[in-house]
Amino acid sequence: MTENKKDWPLWEVFIRSKQGLNHKHVGSLRAADSDMAVENARDVYTRRMEGISIWVVPSNLITASDPSEEESMFEPAASKVYRHPTFYDVPDGISHM
Amino acid sequence: MNREQALYNYVLRLGDDSLILGQRLAELCGHGPILEEDIALTNISLDLIGQATLFLEYAGSLGGENKSNDDLAFLRLEKEYVNVLLVEQPNGHFGDTIMRQFLFDAFRKPLLENLQNSSDEKLASIAEKALKETKYHLKHSSEWVIRLGDGTEDSHSKIQESLDTLYRYAHELFFTDEIDAYLQEKNIIPELISVKSEWENTVKEVLEMATLSFPDNNWKFEGGRKGRHSEHMGYLLADLQYMQRTYPNMEW
Repeated sequence: MTENKKDWPLWEVFIRSKQGLNHKHVGSLRAADSDMAVENARDVYTRRMEGISIWVVPSNLITASDPSEEESMFEPAASKVYRHPTFYDVPDGISHM
Repeated sequence: MNREQALYNYVLRLGDDSLILGQRLAELCGHGPILEEDIALTNISLDLIGQATLFLEYAGSLGGENKSNDDLAFLRLEKEYVNVLLVEQPNGHFGDTIMRQFLFDAFRKPLLENLQNSSDEKLASIAEKALKETKYHLKHSSEWVIRLGDGTEDSHSKIQESLDTLYRYAHELFFTDEIDAYLQEKNIIPELISVKSEWENTVKEVLEMATLSFPDNNWKFEGGRKGRHSEHMGYLLADLQYMQRTYPNMEW
């Protein structure tokens, strides 16, 4: 989208659903400033009791990886199964591993 | 006057204020100025209609005629509604909608805070639930009044006009008659002095931050509490009552 002075800036919204869990990205919205962004996020993303905490971040402050570099960024990890600790014998009686 | 009759009349006023303002905001569903605000206004509308459901259900149980909340919401005549004139005023432009909401929220919050201590347990528990919602409504409407007042020249002059128009209806929020006097004496409802001073403080503080000035004229409209409504009320009720009038007893 081209920069338009009439549009409010875009914000990314992160919601934490429960104490102890992490904030998860849920979507984005427009707002004139951070206060309004939190209020709008409350109204748009938590009206069905989705969360107990909200973070908002200006979208333009997020630095993202370049999709065209996907091959060099992520594929090398695919052949390195030894990075997963899957070669240990787990003793009986230990659950949730 | 007996306790039940007085309480019936009073709870009906609370219920009608919520119902009619909720209906006004519901008209904006799908017509908000931006998507986010559309959802915000509709949330507030649903909160208010939820409050109306509780108040009118309680009123229905008090009236002696065993009316349901739907009977009270949908099947009364215009002159039997006792909401203040402020809440039935049209949505106008966004500044009008927000200013109407702000003047109302600034009154409702301290009122509900006091009603939590009512000697009537049912009324106290409804007030407690409604207060949480109302605190958010006031935050929302205050911030918008400040934004628009302290915004551009255009937004400032528009919301100043909204204030000049709607302030004339604010006085009626503090209407009292023998029903209030009776219930105040029984500690069922608060004296309005402290509610009024908190309302005045909130309004003053927010208008100052919004760089708005109090209107010069001192017109004070009232009549809603006595069932004398403005010309807008009939149209509002036509919308509100259409389904129940056309298909009596329909449910979904």
